[in-house]
Amino acid sequence: MTIRGTLNINNKLGIHARVAARLVSVTDRYNADVFFKKGEQRINAKNILEILMLSCPQGSVVNVEIEGADAAEMFRELESLAAEKFGED
Amino acid sequence: MESKNGLLIKGIGVSPGIAIGKAYIFDQMDAQASYYKLENPSRVGDEIERLKHAIETSIEQIESLKSELLGFEVNEPICILDMQITMLKDASFVERTIEKIKEHCVNAEWAMGMTVDTYKEIFSRLDDEYIRERISDVQAIGQRIIRNLSGEINKRRKPVSTAEAVIIVAKDLSPADTAQMKIDHVQGFVTDAGSQTSHTTIVARSLGIPAVVGMEKVTQILRTNDDIIVDGATGLVIINPDVDLVRRYEVKKQDYLIAHKELLIDAHLPAITKDNYHIKISCNIEFPEEIPAAIKYGADGIGLYRTEFLYINRQELANEQEHLDNYRNIISAPPLQWATIRTFDLGGDKFYSNPKLAKEMNPQMGLRAIRFCLKEEGLFRMQLRAILQAAENGKTKILFPMISSIEEIRKAKNILMSVKEELLEEGCPVSENIKIGVMIEVPAAAMLAKELAREVDFFSIGTNDLIQYALAIDRSNEHVTYLYEPLHPAVLRLIKEVVDAGHDAGIEVAMCGEMAGDPMNTVVLLALRIDEMSMYPLAIPRVKRIIRASSLQDAESLLKSIMPLGSVEEIRKNVENYMHLNFQKELLTG
Repeated sequence: MTIRGTLNINNKLGIHARVAARLVSVTDRYNADVFFKKGEQRINAKNILEILMLSCPQGSVVNVEIEGADAAEMFRELESLAAEKFGED
Repeated sequence: MESKNGLLIKGIGVSPGIAIGKAYIFDQMDAQASYYKLENPSRVGDEIERLKHAIETSIEQIESLKSELLGFEVNEPICILDMQITMLKDASFVERTIEKIKEHCVNAEWAMGMTVDTYKEIFSRLDDEYIRERISDVQAIGQRIIRNLSGEINKRRKPVSTAEAVIIVAKDLSPADTAQMKIDHVQGFVTDAGSQTSHTTIVARSLGIPAVVGMEKVTQILRTNDDIIVDGATGLVIINPDVDLVRRYEVKKQDYLIAHKELLIDAHLPAITKDNYHIKISCNIEFPEEIPAAIKYGADGIGLYRTEFLYINRQELANEQEHLDNYRNIISAPPLQWATIRTFDLGGDKFYSNPKLAKEMNPQMGLRAIRFCLKEEGLFRMQLRAILQAAENGKTKILFPMISSIEEIRKAKNILMSVKEELLEEGCPVSENIKIGVMIEVPAAAMLAKELAREVDFFSIGTNDLIQYALAIDRSNEHVTYLYEPLHPAVLRLIKEVVDAGHDAGIEVAMCGEMAGDPMNTVVLLALRIDEMSMYPLAIPRVKRIIRASSLQDAESLLKSIMPLGSVEEIRKNVENYMHLNFQKELLTG
């Protein structure tokens, strides 16, 4: 199964280190492969350093591409994490 | 990283000569990690396994660190540790490093270093400052992995030894550092810090090996086992040179050795001016092993034997017998005619391995030299006993460092007298032919020269410290070294006062700082009537040539023209012009 969607980064600091760590703690729990796309860049969202290097400040829109049996569950969890601004302002 | 091949870096050349060889990164802080190319590509697999193992170990270490912290209410550090663990588990981080091992055929340590450098590069280009700063976590985990890799190496394999001749690359070198090196295996020195008067410079010159200092960040660029060329005359260091360049430098090295030989042709002729004024030329040494060099380069005597090396970097203090053996070697070395032994000057920039002696805020002005000796009288007496006994073997002068008052020299002399009586009571023969001198290196001593001259048999001006204290310049601080100027009018006037006071009292005045070894100062010092100039061995032949080519009369008219000048720059310009005009040949050779 392939899921495509977007995540809106609305917290004040954007995807900084702690947020990236939280994102990986989610993506890593699922078997599905997951990629974040922004502009020309496409990165493996199970790797914290790649997420950081994608550089997503407040207001960024990240395209998500998930492939695997549990893709839908992963996306739902990522979406709600982004919706609650990763528990930040 | 590959792009550093053929890279040329410029520093300050402080000891001439050319070294071509392997770099050895000397790091006193970290466990020495070694960086090398794999001899055989078949080892790539092993290195990848080592890397993976070191990463697992690192994760375990941080996990256990975390569990230790969990009992406390400290959220922030745990967050950081969690992030570092997530980074260690980042597959791209590991993959990049593995790729580097394969691509460059290097060991895991080196590849890890390259990966951190790559991230540094990428992160520095990110817009967000918060994210840019996270490079510190990448560096932290990189260092942890390298430490784990080298820790494992230390257990399993022999650490890199300096058994083969290497070029030592370091941030800076202290006496304690050089004391632990197999010095005869060192081909040259390259350091981040340093100046004309730093310890690295002094050691390189006394050993006659090339050194380039003040290279700022060379330790971050060079790795152990990199091939490098060091040109100590021009201050150039070339990294991983190509074959042609090595060939050209081999030729230069030969040329240098030939020119060097040429310099030795008349090194043994005395230093007598055209108008028959005689100056004694002596040598500064730190080890008895340097005696042959002193003789080869034409020293008349030993003008300064620094005895600190008998104290530093030892498990136990040297006993009296060891001191005695050392001093006998120094004193009985014909054709050298005398030996000036300076009692130990510890504290300051010298490192004492005894933990009892705590670090000081301002060690240069702290408890050091004679101050320390008068406080730790037992140590001082032991050294004096050894010197007095060794003096039977030849003409001996004892030099007391850092004297700043009449009381200090009197106390030192009293102790010397009491040690002498003690020896005589024990039935030990003690030579009568011992001269006592003070080192003039504190401005107060220069001002008190008239009074001090009545107390002793000779003066020796220690210009390194005298200039440092008179001009208030920390000579190890690279931001102010540009102000360090031996030809400063204040320095020249201090020296003149000291020489005149000494001569009025009928005693000899020597000079043993770096100032005496710079041929640019020779004519000025001649005119100031310094009786004995003591310098590092290599400097002797050129200084002697300049003296032989000059006359006291001409020198005095130069001095007369510069002494009234108040401007440092004017004095320097006048002296340099004069020297280039009159001693072009002598300054150029060698």
